[in-house]
Amino acid sequence: MLYYTLKRLGVAVLVAITVSVLSFSMIYLSGDPAVALAGEGASNEDIENVRRVYGFDQPIIVQYGSWLVQALQGNLGHSNYLKAPVASVIFERLPTTMLLGACSLAFALLLAIPLGVVAAIRPNSILDRAALSVAVVGQAMPSFWFALTLILWFGITWRLLPITGTDSWKNFIMPSMALGYYLTPAVMRLTRAGMLEVLSSDYIRTARAKGLRPMTVLFKHALRNAIIPVVSLAAVQFGFMLGGSIVIETIFAINGLGYLAWESIQRADLPMMQAIVLVLSIFYILLTFLADMLNAFLDPRIRVA
Amino acid sequence: MTIDTAKAPATMENQEPSPGAMMRKRVFSHWGFMIGAIVLIAIFLMALLAPYISPGDPFDQVLSRKLIPPIWSDSAKATWDHPLGTDHLGRDYMTRLFYGARISLLIGFGAMLISGVIGTTLGVLAGYYGGRVDMVVNFIITTRLSMPVVLVALAVVSIVGSSLTVVIWVLGLLIWDRFAVVMRSATQQVRALDFVTSAQALGCSTPRILLTEVMPNITNHLIVIATLEMAHAILLEAALSFLGLGVQPPEPSWGLMISEAKGMIFFDPWLITIPGLALFALVLSINLLGDGIRDVTAPENRN
Repeated sequence: MLYYTLKRLGVAVLVAITVSVLSFSMIYLSGDPAVALAGEGASNEDIENVRRVYGFDQPIIVQYGSWLVQALQGNLGHSNYLKAPVASVIFERLPTTMLLGACSLAFALLLAIPLGVVAAIRPNSILDRAALSVAVVGQAMPSFWFALTLILWFGITWRLLPITGTDSWKNFIMPSMALGYYLTPAVMRLTRAGMLEVLSSDYIRTARAKGLRPMTVLFKHALRNAIIPVVSLAAVQFGFMLGGSIVIETIFAINGLGYLAWESIQRADLPMMQAIVLVLSIFYILLTFLADMLNAFLDPRIRVA
Repeated sequence: MTIDTAKAPATMENQEPSPGAMMRKRVFSHWGFMIGAIVLIAIFLMALLAPYISPGDPFDQVLSRKLIPPIWSDSAKATWDHPLGTDHLGRDYMTRLFYGARISLLIGFGAMLISGVIGTTLGVLAGYYGGRVDMVVNFIITTRLSMPVVLVALAVVSIVGSSLTVVIWVLGLLIWDRFAVVMRSATQQVRALDFVTSAQALGCSTPRILLTEVMPNITNHLIVIATLEMAHAILLEAALSFLGLGVQPPEPSWGLMISEAKGMIFFDPWLITIPGLALFALVLSINLLGDGIRDVTAPENRN
């Protein structure tokens, strides 16, 4: 277990370093970052000043080194639009996005796991086909259009839910549905496949043969084993969801990290964009690492490989 | 005594149907495949024939005729001159919908080709060589997966500047991961088979083995992933355009049309519903077609 943990940790750190290099070099995609930062109509003198102040006159490797050292100390740079340290702005917005992500994940699991179980009890039945069409439809629906449709029905036609903001828990219902529905298909398919496999195994037959109630067999014996891969899928998808929240947060004007990212892109606030990409990537790396550890803990066969 | 099979009478009853006939039967009896194929062909024709079947011009603004509702609404303003109505600048909505199909299909296909080439190359090399190569490719895949696609695409497009070509390239360079993952495991399975070993024993060169022995045997997986990724690229383009960083106005991208209609959701919600349904139908048909191809070519993988 220790060897596996160390190996997996090493990969995670290497990936994190590569991601940091990539998000650092994002700034150079525009050509000369000093010209971009100085803005339109800046004189040559201004551009030179910007170059010196931001250190763009140093060799790139030195720039990256000092950026990394700063980042490791928690200093992710300074937003030249908000006139505030990037890190503090990000950590101010992060909890909202986390809350949205957690609600969406809960919605997705509550919808997908029962559907997957029902579908697996009677494969190829009408219920199975209905659950499968929910998955197929979910995969084809653009999340922003689904969000606008929800607003149209629940917000405008029936006036049940508030359309924008984060004032109460009611504000989170529609965004969580819009964001969570996107991951329902994957969770449902995985639950269904896992249940189908487990239900045909010997110990389920034994449990049935000794006369346990069908519900006990289904939930206590089968689902517990079928759910293991779903846990790691959920962790990975949670990371994807934080990245995808940019669209949903923009529509519902939720003041989280995604909305901040969109605002920063509109303002050409490069240090902020860099930092958000880095933070979300590191978060994803952390989640997949934890998911792998959990899997290795639950299933000893993984540790040996 | 030997049984002379050639003398057995070959009637229609005791003959096995030919593989081609069996395939045709599977294709035509698979309703998902058929629906997907028919809808996709319809949208493709819509895009191809847009200049000939459109009622108007996608860029012509007639401000005196703006926000005419579609033909099925109760409003007296609805007219057969504009079956799907007009938008806030008085442009015919049906025409813009037809031309928008061109953009979606072009971006979906272009991004799918680029990502397919990158992902397949990486995946096949990793699967065939294994060892160090596999480790490096796996590392590249993990790194790519840890970066949020929508965010990186938005940031890069905003820095480089937006155009159709830029969107195709950015998406193509970002979404190759599933190609790589699936091609890698498919190649690993094929590599161990006898005919690959015998090709190696015969002294065939590696490129030849990869192209003539490995590739033909993983093509059906490749087609399935290609359809999935084309649908994925179309959805991403719509999201980018919706956020204002994809296709730029006045081009009629479906995502952009929804974005332009956002402010009119209170009084003219059909402006959002129509392009949304079009997007939904296109992505659904591509996905159904992909699932259908998987079922028809490898019925044993259905579950």
